[in-house]
Amino acid sequence: MSLDEVMHTFIAEARGLLHDMEESLLRLEAEPGDADALNAVFRAAHTIKGSAGVFGLQAIVGFTHTAESVLDLAREGRVEIDGDFVSAFLACRDHIAHLLECIIRGVPASVDLLAQGETLAQTLAALAPALLVPPPAGKAAEALRLPVANTEEGAWHISLRFGRDAFRQGMDPASFIRYLGSVGDIVHLVTLADALPPPGMMEPECCYLGFEVRVAASDEKGGLDRTRIEEVFEFVRDDCRLRILPPGSVVADYLELIDAVPETADRLGEILVACGALTEHELAGALGRQDAAGLHAVLGEVPVAERTVAPQVVEAALVRQQENRQHRPLEMSFIRVQADKLDHLINLVGELVIASAGVGMLAQRKRDGDMLEAVSAVSRLVEDIRDGAMRLRMVEIGDTFNRFRRVVRDVSREIGKDIDLVIDGGDTELDKSVVERIGDPLTHLVRNAMDHGIEPAERRLAAGKPAAGRVSLNAFHESGNIVIEVADDGGGLDRGRILAKAQERGLVDVGAVLADEDVWQLIFEPGFSTAAQVSNLSGRGVGMDVVKRAIEALRGTIEIDSRPGAGTTFRIRLPLTLAIIDGFLLAVGGGHYVVPLDMVLECVELDDPALHRRQGCLNLRGEVLPLLDLAQHFGLPQVEGRRRNVVVVQWAGHKAGLVVDALEGELQAVMKPLGRLFVRLRGIAGSTILGSGEVALMLDLQALIEDASCAPSASSKPSAA
Amino acid sequence: MEVLIEHDGSCRRLRLVGEMTIYEAEADKGALLEAAAHTDVELDLSGIGEIDSAGLQILLLLRREALAAGSGLRFTAQSAAVRELVGLFRLEATVGEGCSTRDEYAAAEKLS
Repeated sequence: MSLDEVMHTFIAEARGLLHDMEESLLRLEAEPGDADALNAVFRAAHTIKGSAGVFGLQAIVGFTHTAESVLDLAREGRVEIDGDFVSAFLACRDHIAHLLECIIRGVPASVDLLAQGETLAQTLAALAPALLVPPPAGKAAEALRLPVANTEEGAWHISLRFGRDAFRQGMDPASFIRYLGSVGDIVHLVTLADALPPPGMMEPECCYLGFEVRVAASDEKGGLDRTRIEEVFEFVRDDCRLRILPPGSVVADYLELIDAVPETADRLGEILVACGALTEHELAGALGRQDAAGLHAVLGEVPVAERTVAPQVVEAALVRQQENRQHRPLEMSFIRVQADKLDHLINLVGELVIASAGVGMLAQRKRDGDMLEAVSAVSRLVEDIRDGAMRLRMVEIGDTFNRFRRVVRDVSREIGKDIDLVIDGGDTELDKSVVERIGDPLTHLVRNAMDHGIEPAERRLAAGKPAAGRVSLNAFHESGNIVIEVADDGGGLDRGRILAKAQERGLVDVGAVLADEDVWQLIFEPGFSTAAQVSNLSGRGVGMDVVKRAIEALRGTIEIDSRPGAGTTFRIRLPLTLAIIDGFLLAVGGGHYVVPLDMVLECVELDDPALHRRQGCLNLRGEVLPLLDLAQHFGLPQVEGRRRNVVVVQWAGHKAGLVVDALEGELQAVMKPLGRLFVRLRGIAGSTILGSGEVALMLDLQALIEDASCAPSASSKPSAA
Repeated sequence: MEVLIEHDGSCRRLRLVGEMTIYEAEADKGALLEAAAHTDVELDLSGIGEIDSAGLQILLLLRREALAAGSGLRFTAQSAAVRELVGLFRLEATVGEGCSTRDEYAAAEKLS
């Protein structure tokens, strides 16, 4: 792998980590006690720092280091996690993203950017004053009358508890202890196996070891500081609890350590005394024990008989084990694939479908029973491969929706409105390319809803609504389409104002009577805006027409539903049809046509052809069904005398019947777009090649159903089917 | 790692030969717990070529189980690799050469 490729991987990974960081921070804001979310933020920062270090990207390493240190303190509960904390870290995440951009573009970070980094670092420091103030040592401590632990000068105390998965991650505590010994002199070391569960539950591949170590600086080994010690444990930070107490730490710090580790206070107290961190006297005093002498007897020269593991420790270890086991499978089940490799694969699958159809046709002609069976088995497999390949490109829209949490959060703070975001249908899947292109239009709609849709709090309360506004995102599948709704519970669109503005601009004649839906559609005209104030976000009138064009480029439509005082819903409909669809083959006027199978409701025989041609509609079990004679509609030769069929299709809740010559069953159709010359052809969406080599045209049901409903026909008596 | 069992009167002598690393840990744990379930056991680790923390962890487990059951577990000769790791973790007084739970019981009795 060239360095460039590795860099690409780093960037892709870093982006993913920044995304995780943001998500976890938002989760943390909703639930400050969520330890998993905090850990996720820490892990993301830590991994970015590590990888950036490999590439020598000092700016990122330096900045992330500060963030990581504060996060570590937060993990120990020494920093409060509130809105300010989350805001500060969101800003940090953004800063790291900007630094990353500079690297991608190959430009050095600008002076402004670096200054911004400085300010952020100070903000972080303000969150955790404990971090950056060196602990008072020796004389200074006396001046402050703080009891300093009366131990060897210059020895650092390191408390280590390795995580259960340390071994599985390839980490051996022994290597870290050895490495530690190479950067300093290990004065004392106590190995703890308290976390070992009963033999039946002990998993040999899990690590239950912990260590309390005292390390002294050594000139030959290059002196010691916190950073150097942290570097020793760099690779295992994720999988162990590490606490470092500098030399001259006050007794209070050790007591905090005692509080923080899983072992009981007594146990750890003994260990600390045994390795010289505290004197017995200090410990006795600290633990409120009356008899220092009694303590001495216990410690003495006799090795302490190890106690059986306290039940709480086992419980905690088991719970952690369960969590890890559940966590692992999810993390390990993804593979990163290049998008164009996937596209190539899908193209091949498309060719495979066509070729397989050709084989099927030949087999039918030969009427060889065995051959037919074999071909049928192949067709089934090809179908499965097709489905699988298509599904590879399908992505849940949930990720896109979740990104809006940040948008809503930031925007609601910016405009001073309290707005909640409700998300539904996040597991609805759609094609990756669609997901990428739907983001911008959705952002615009959401911002619009927040800025213009939701009224200020006073107006809402006056109207009897809750003060907090509500924007909701919803997605679901419907008859071969994916529907995405952006709704708000604000004041609704102002029909009068829109109509007035449209008349002003000459889009609508004064005095023309328009249905509500038509009035709403006016807002998609370029440059249209009835906003009284042009805010930073919207109101400039450049948004809605761009949104509409973006949706249409995806071959979708957008409808609006609005009720004054209650709110507005924008409904985007996008075709799910990707390149390969399940289709229904129809024969009309000597040619073949295909409709998506999803949109076919039923097929009905037409008894009296003459009758329907006069009426233009059909009585389908009491329902009036507009009919469209495809042969007539497309100007194709009419085939007389044969019994004709009606295919009942539906699109967006509207039904129609297509009159065709014959039904030729289901097929897998690889849809090819029409040439540019034919793009405006109404009623045709694309073409496909049948197994016989013949070209079949794919019908655009939306257009046809519209045509069917407006067909000039209309005798008032529908014919019976 | 292989467990070779000899009997010397009432004492069961276990000689471990091979490697005690993470790769064998699962198998080693089962084999050792079974073999060491005896009132008096001697553990000879001079035949262990390679040992890592996972292996050491099993030794710690054995010792704890012996203490809990009040049985005798004695560590006799150890290979250089075992000695090095035990030394690194400062566990000479716990699972080092010559350590015996019986000694600990005696010492504890003297105290009480």
